[in-house]
Amino acid sequence: MTTPAEQFKSAARRLTRDLVHRERIQTALGKYEVKRDEMKARFQAWEGARAAAAAIKAGALRHLDRHLEDFVARLEARGTRVHWAGTAEQACQIIVDLCRERGAKTVVKSKAMTAEEIHLNEALAHAGFEVVESDLGEFIVQLRGEPPYHIVFPAMHLTRGEIREVFARKLGDAPSDDPEQLTLVARRVLRRKYLEADVGITGANFAVAETGMISVTENEGNARLTAALPRTMITLVGIEKVVPRLADLALLLPMLATAGAGQLLSGYNTLYGGPRQPGEADGPEEFHVVLLDNHRTTLLADAEQRDALRCIRCGACLNVCPIFRNVGGQAYGTTYPGPIGSVITPHLRGLREWQHLPFASTLCGACTEVCPVQIDLHHHLLQLRRHARAQRPVWWERLAFRVFAAVVNSPRLWRAVLALGRLGQKFHGAVQATRLDPARAWTQSREAPRLAPQSFKQWWRQRA
Amino acid sequence: MNARDAILGRIREALRVPAPRSEPAAAPADFTALLPRVGATFAEQVAAFATASRELRTEFHWVEDEVAARAELERLRETAGWRRVAAHRGAQVAPLVEALGLPVLWTDGGYDRRELERCDAGLTQCDALVAQTGSVVVTSASAGGRVLSVLPPHHVVLARREQLVPDLPAAFHLLREKYGANYPSMISFITGPSRTGDIERILVLGAHGPRRLTVLCW
Ligand code: SF4
Repeated sequence: MTTPAEQFKSAARRLTRDLVHRERIQTALGKYEVKRDEMKARFQAWEGARAAAAAIKAGALRHLDRHLEDFVARLEARGTRVHWAGTAEQACQIIVDLCRERGAKTVVKSKAMTAEEIHLNEALAHAGFEVVESDLGEFIVQLRGEPPYHIVFPAMHLTRGEIREVFARKLGDAPSDDPEQLTLVARRVLRRKYLEADVGITGANFAVAETGMISVTENEGNARLTAALPRTMITLVGIEKVVPRLADLALLLPMLATAGAGQLLSGYNTLYGGPRQPGEADGPEEFHVVLLDNHRTTLLADAEQRDALRCIRCGACLNVCPIFRNVGGQAYGTTYPGPIGSVITPHLRGLREWQHLPFASTLCGACTEVCPVQIDLHHHLLQLRRHARAQRPVWWERLAFRVFAAVVNSPRLWRAVLALGRLGQKFHGAVQATRLDPARAWTQSREAPRLAPQSFKQWWRQRA
Repeated sequence: MNARDAILGRIREALRVPAPRSEPAAAPADFTALLPRVGATFAEQVAAFATASRELRTEFHWVEDEVAARAELERLRETAGWRRVAAHRGAQVAPLVEALGLPVLWTDGGYDRRELERCDAGLTQCDALVAQTGSVVVTSASAGGRVLSVLPPHHVVLARREQLVPDLPAAFHLLREKYGANYPSMISFITGPSRTGDIERILVLGAHGPRRLTVLCW
């Protein structure tokens, strides 16, 4: 068994050299950046909006217990059944049981990162249900048997040619590699599934305490259909998704769309407050909401890093992260890649096994700067490094830093080391990037920085 | 202890330690001054809705009166080649739909979804049009259920000019005023026709929902 750290390192090593992969990511994100900046500029006060959004979510977390109780009471009052799941296994069990009791065969799903987190598809498939992802990107990666590449753009790493290929292989239908044609194929296949599905499963972007509603953001209309056609609707939602007031969405919805996809508002923002009500034409007979903890309370208990629970999963921090842009979304081996994933995964799945993630950062702070809810991402990464080292000290690192401290604290030693460095540099060219190179870890994919022939001090003396 | 009490217990325990960092100050009660600017006059708001519609590829027709709306619908029937449409018996929509002279599937009180799938267009009312974003607000109560506005390939919204609101805060305010404690089971902000960018981030319309969205307002 390879550890997550080994897996990450080997994937990162491979992918940082894959120029085709990098090119694709840069192109896809380049298009997004243009739109995002255009939409941000339309806000009268984007920074003010960030502060307000952060305040809304911080306020929600400060009284999370009360808001959750309100949310549940209002939902139940209108005929929704609410289930509480402490762990991923419990959540899967609840949902599998619900499907079983209803004699379901086909389950149609709209995009939900919480479902990825608990491996719901595997659990349902294992219990014998056919699970169909309806979001186009998710549908494509499901056909390829892959996890989503990005929390907002699941198939951004694939070309139309690759998508055509998997459609031809799995669906036997791929008239061309024109995106419009391919979308049409998926639409046709999925329409049939919708009409026969017994259960529809959605995630939620927000849970409104004031009115007892979940809010689902999407562009395709697949979540709308998932929440309308099957007889039973199930929504899986993390407990941190709560916002106090319905009117909070007037700010949060356009911010999510702007930061996440460079749209002022996503195509469909839909609130659900119950199953079909008396007098309504259609809608599911039953509505179940599954509230998921799965170590969110562990993160909540860390007062320093609690703010990471404000995350609205917009993906903006991934898109600007120099690490993500080089290694891509699948190298991480986590449900949530990029800066936010590197902050929360050690909390959700244990620092011991996932401590390499906070080290995979340049600490440039681009993530913190774009985050619409002002999560202090790069400081958390730094702090997690400290925790990781406190938990498991690395002897040679401590030794190296002790030596370094001694050297920089003594002018004489410092000069000696520099002189040695200049001397060594003369011969470095001969071994650079080979096995003999002591700096190989750096030089095999980068140029070695050169020491100046003269120190500033020497230069200053001469000048005088 | 059941899962509910266990989770709530963990939350309360966790929250006993206050966050040490200075927490963000309270959010302003009104977000209007943060969001994109919308003109104060009605004409400016109509223009904003029209601009947003153009960007979103919503077909927006601002017409004089009901007679003109009827003429516009007839033109749509001809150019799009509708043979059968679906609608609900809303006061604003039913007379116009009946005047089209086509077979109509009414969704009120239940319907056959496979029949609805075969309709060329779904015609509905709405609760509001939002100038700021070009959104159409529909609910399961006002727009013939959950499916009518999303299953047929063409969604036509019949709106009255007094339904135009300037921005998102105004739209949420309106919903609260209109429904109070008894909200419909679904409320949807529809912003443009159904779309996806999942293949190479290239925009394709009509992913799962309607490929065409027409807003007819008088
Ligand atoms: S941490 Fe911030 S930027 Fe990153 S996904 Fe969450 S909300 Fe978006």
